[in-house]
Amino acid sequence: MSDPQDWTPATADPGLRRPSREQVVAGLKATVEGGPDLVQLLTPEGERVADPRFDAWAADVDVDALQGLYRDMVLVRRFDREANALQRQGQLGIWVPLLGQEAAQIGAGRAMKPQDMAFPSYREHGVAWCRGIDPTELLGIFRGTDHGSWDPIARRFHLYTIVIGNQCLNATGYAMGQKFESKVGDGPDAEATICFFGDGATSQGDVHEGFVWAAVYDAPVVFYCQNNQWAISEPLERQTRVPLYRRAQGYGFPGIRVDGNDVLACLAVTRWALEECRTGNGPVLIEAFTYRMDAHTTSDDPTRYRLADELELWKLKDPIERVRVNLVREHGVGQEFFDGVAAEADELAARFRQFCIDMPTPGPERMFSEVYAEASPPLEAQEEAYLAYLAGFAAE
Amino acid sequence: MATATLTLAKAVNEGLRAAMERDPKVLVMGEDVGKLGGVFRVTDGLQKDFGEQRVLDTPLAESGIIGTAVGLAIRGFRPVCEIQFDGFVFPGFDQIVSQLAKLRFRSQGKVPMPVVVRIPFGGGIGAVEHHSESPESLFAHVAGLKVVACGNPVDAYWMIQQAIASDDPVIFFEPKRRYWEKAEVDLDATPMPLHASRVVRPGSTATLVGYGAVVKTCLDAAVAAEAEGRDLEVIDLRTISPLDLDPVFESVRRTGRLVVVAEAPSEASVSSEIAARVQEACFHSLEAPVLRVTGFDTPYPPSRIEEDYLPDLDRVLDAVDRSLAW
Ligand SMILES: Cc1ncc(C[n+]2csc(CCOP(=O)(O)OP(=O)(O)O)c2C)c(N)n1
Ligand SMILES: [Mg+2]
Repeated sequence: MSDPQDWTPATADPGLRRPSREQVVAGLKATVEGGPDLVQLLTPEGERVADPRFDAWAADVDVDALQGLYRDMVLVRRFDREANALQRQGQLGIWVPLLGQEAAQIGAGRAMKPQDMAFPSYREHGVAWCRGIDPTELLGIFRGTDHGSWDPIARRFHLYTIVIGNQCLNATGYAMGQKFESKVGDGPDAEATICFFGDGATSQGDVHEGFVWAAVYDAPVVFYCQNNQWAISEPLERQTRVPLYRRAQGYGFPGIRVDGNDVLACLAVTRWALEECRTGNGPVLIEAFTYRMDAHTTSDDPTRYRLADELELWKLKDPIERVRVNLVREHGVGQEFFDGVAAEADELAARFRQFCIDMPTPGPERMFSEVYAEASPPLEAQEEAYLAYLAGFAAE
Repeated sequence: MATATLTLAKAVNEGLRAAMERDPKVLVMGEDVGKLGGVFRVTDGLQKDFGEQRVLDTPLAESGIIGTAVGLAIRGFRPVCEIQFDGFVFPGFDQIVSQLAKLRFRSQGKVPMPVVVRIPFGGGIGAVEHHSESPESLFAHVAGLKVVACGNPVDAYWMIQQAIASDDPVIFFEPKRRYWEKAEVDLDATPMPLHASRVVRPGSTATLVGYGAVVKTCLDAAVAAEAEGRDLEVIDLRTISPLDLDPVFESVRRTGRLVVVAEAPSEASVSSEIAARVQEACFHSLEAPVLRVTGFDTPYPPSRIEEDYLPDLDRVLDAVDRSLAW
């Protein structure tokens, strides 16, 4: 096992202390850069900076690969915005926007190997994208036609979990299984699991228990906390005194804070962490330091609890813009490429929209299907009676 | 005489406010209840007026919310906990069952537990998973807990105050799809007792009994049945544990027919408890078996088909037909 001390410096983090009222009013809170331990490879200005620990994990990212990451983020943001609009137009019951968290999710998602497993919460549309889940496959949950349409086992991407924190234990159990089946080691088929959750979730008992189990069983699981600074209306200070990544030390595994708006850093750090897990050095905690740029969901009104200045400051750290600037300045990528991606994004959005509008509503029999593996005679009788009752209306 | 037109959500809000003004030991605690005023705005303005020491935006953990409320109650406070949605109470279930429900009994009365756990419950708002459940039977099954459900703004205003005043732990269900419905509330009235059921519409043909959101469904059904010359009596149960079935018995002895309506699944439920007790107490008066119109014994379905799951006017009237045809 790698020593937590190697990865969990004990320096005080000036970033977390609760800001004074004056700081908040002045918008200074948002100038928090994540503290001295933040891993960053691309600055908000798009400059590639060296990191002795993690450069190696992004060394193969050439201009093509960087363009790929850019494309991922733009497409994901585009369908996220389209879904928001679809909710406003009554086509979706609700949408949970990922705006601002594209880098945190694409970096982590692209770090996975096909054999790895992911356990998302409910905002991980970018990770879904990387797992090959078509954006249209997400729609049923938010339109209200299903609770998740894909096969989680075959696709190695679990269903969205809405009850905060639950999936941390499920992910740990899955990772224990990977280990019990000898999928941890140096071989090319070694596997790991990655579990996504938010800053608010870290208060839940299930998350604590997940950390304990994973530590005790050396489970190959990366706990990937997207600290987007808010849990609905509650700021991070309502959940913790110490920076979240530092909690790992108490459980005996490494914790690391990465700039969650830097796709390259998220990719590098997650690649490292997954490889640690695959080779038997798990678990690892990653705190991706980012910002929820939109409302919690389409039902939420953030003007009730946070200042617009904060958002304005985070806009300067936009995850997509810094990659664009880097591609232009350091790789001479021309406008043609960006126009092409924009056109592709519009096409995706149009397809996504049409799919949503055309989605059929399931029949009432969906309600009774797959409640149990083996038949439940009383439930079958209930279904029969209800369908007969409905048929009575049709006959009238 | 002071009256106010209040939505159900605002009525709970005003009830909380009145209780907090009356007793400085009353606290409100939960996720997003402070600055935001709750996702349904039920606690809107309370933190501004009573401060952060009395209206607590807690960390995101339901076991923590209930468990610390138990501790605060031991210390003499009267916490009112908000669980954001029905489906999120389960991380707190252990604290509710193991500590909240049992401390009075274990301490032989030395430790009262004046804690209220408010839970918006039920479906009909087009929500995603875990936001539309009716878990009341799980709590009714636990000795030591009292369980109530309000169905209209007047009851919401008074029942929340009575629940807070109670020295027993009360699980307080609020019908979320009725949060926006309005009624005139007489703020000087003398409320009926908390644990009492009430006839909300007298009738003679058959009796409907429900609680929470379906009371309105029953009343609508009664209006529709009138057109067919049927005079349905509707009873709002209000209290789930302890049950107050005397008004139901009295009604069934007159009408001979009972339909129990609930959103929750039927198996091992409040509705089955009512059916069993009515059959025991009114066997000779019954002209037909007690019928139930409930949610199905399935997980709550995706919202586009929730109308199929929820008892509606037609299903209620169909049951009345079946009862009368017996
Ligand atoms: C057990 C539980 N309690 C409450 C909720 C309601 N809820 C949904 S999201 C949320 C905040 C989550 O914040 P965080 O973990 O930071 O994730 P984020 O939404 O910011 O991505 C809350 C309280 C829930 N889904 N599950
Ligand atoms: Mg968050």
